[in-house]
Amino acid sequence: MAVLANKDNLAINDFPKLSVEQLSISYEDKKTGAITEAVKEVSLDIQPGEFVTIVGLSGCGKSSFLNAVAGLLNSSNGTIKVDGKKVTQPGPDRAVVFQKASLLPWRTTLKNIIYGLEISGIPKDEALQRAKKYMKMTQLESYEEFYPAALSGGMQQRVNLARALACEPEVLLMDEPFSALDAITREVLQNELLLLWEKTKKTVLMVTHQIDEAVLLSDRVIVFSARPAAIMKEIKINLPRPRTSEVKNNRLFDHLTQQIWNEINKSVGKKVELEYEI
Amino acid sequence: MKYKDLTIATTVNQLKVRKHIKGSFIKRKWKQTSISTFLGGGVLFVFLLSWELLSLSGAVNPQFTSSPSRIIKKGIELIASGELQTHALASSQIFIIGYLLAVIVGVPIGILLGWYKRLNQAFGPIIASLYTTPRLALMPLFIIWLGLGSTSKIALVFLSAVFPIIINLVMGMRSIDGNLVKVAKSYNANQWQIFRTIAMPMSVPFLITALQLATGRALLGVVGAEIFGSQAGLGYMIMYAGATFQTDKVFVGVVIIATIGIAMDRFLFYLSKRFDEWRGNN
Repeated sequence: MAVLANKDNLAINDFPKLSVEQLSISYEDKKTGAITEAVKEVSLDIQPGEFVTIVGLSGCGKSSFLNAVAGLLNSSNGTIKVDGKKVTQPGPDRAVVFQKASLLPWRTTLKNIIYGLEISGIPKDEALQRAKKYMKMTQLESYEEFYPAALSGGMQQRVNLARALACEPEVLLMDEPFSALDAITREVLQNELLLLWEKTKKTVLMVTHQIDEAVLLSDRVIVFSARPAAIMKEIKINLPRPRTSEVKNNRLFDHLTQQIWNEINKSVGKKVELEYEI
Repeated sequence: MKYKDLTIATTVNQLKVRKHIKGSFIKRKWKQTSISTFLGGGVLFVFLLSWELLSLSGAVNPQFTSSPSRIIKKGIELIASGELQTHALASSQIFIIGYLLAVIVGVPIGILLGWYKRLNQAFGPIIASLYTTPRLALMPLFIIWLGLGSTSKIALVFLSAVFPIIINLVMGMRSIDGNLVKVAKSYNANQWQIFRTIAMPMSVPFLITALQLATGRALLGVVGAEIFGSQAGLGYMIMYAGATFQTDKVFVGVVIIATIGIAMDRFLFYLSKRFDEWRGNN
């Protein structure tokens, strides 16, 4: 208690921002009643300000894991804690950047960014101020009055990001946020995300199947096995910060990417074996 | 940093391009509209002109076919005598009361049935079967139950208009986008918030279609009810004029009812255009 001055250190050592313990998720097929295990006993701690990315084969259960952390999906076992507090449903301490921009088509850019704040019952003036702040940060100012139908895919995804950031969550959850974009737009947005992250130092949990994206953005990459998902490998990304896409020229970048590929290939092998058993 | 500059530059360029596109888009659209007005109006004009000429030349008997000039003349006559106003007033009373009742009752029912699956499962079949029954066939029953006064007519108009409203709103509520609901839920929205911020705006275009369909049905109901048994109203006027071979008078009634129908349809159409901005330009 006397160590309040040392609060930051204490937080890093004793309180992870996000702590997942022994999380399992299973689905029941409504027609057949068969139970599929999507995630099996995954434990994961994320420190404040850490950027952690989960990679894995598509359909391995990484999105289910993220949805469970978001509180959108019930886990069959295990606990999820944010700042040491157990969470079972969505809350203002987490915000999701969705794979599809999922913007409300009848709302303009600003009104879309304000949406989460409005739902959370933040007073109007404050909500407007915050929405404007993040609209500026994501370079959407000149699009304030545009409807989503008039925005490009990349712009829509920016609104999606700004909407989540405006809620100033403790943990930002990103579900393959750039996977639907073309290669150039994706790279532009990755770089913007790097800048934004430097500014806000948010704790981020991201899911992706782009391995170079994972290495570029993260402090740590978690490789999930094929379904049911379990942690196969944790890889520290010790590339210098602040980063830009130039970090891809670093020899360590290629090395790390290759290392993750190798792990993924192992999980592919495992999946094939499983299919033979069936 | 390079990338930041790049995006700002693209932003500005895109804005310029968009403004330009918007300008030429409006011009093109205006041209399209004037062409379509010219075509549609032209065909109508040729039709009316040949009708007039045919009856003037004596090729057809205007006693049977009437003609545009005779219809206009008769219309002025009927207005001068006050007869048309009396009938129009009687009809509009029935139409307005029946239509408003249908909206007041149909909208909440449609929303409830669309929102609560179980309610729809319970009441869906009976609504579908009533929707497909020709309402006019029920008019003799309404007269037995409610008498020959305006109540039985209002009942028919109401029943004609209420089902298209219910059915369209149920569809609107059902078409709600699961991805948007997921967004709302991720901010811990409650059912009321999901309803208010997603389901309601999403079903507005369906509501407008519902009102459009209901207008046609309600007008049909008014005329049908008045033909069945009545002392006043445009339907009665048409029926009576027809029975006494006053073709001009029949046409006056038909033209007026058609005009009301077209006017309401256009009004709702322009209302729906207002929502096109967020639906994109397709």
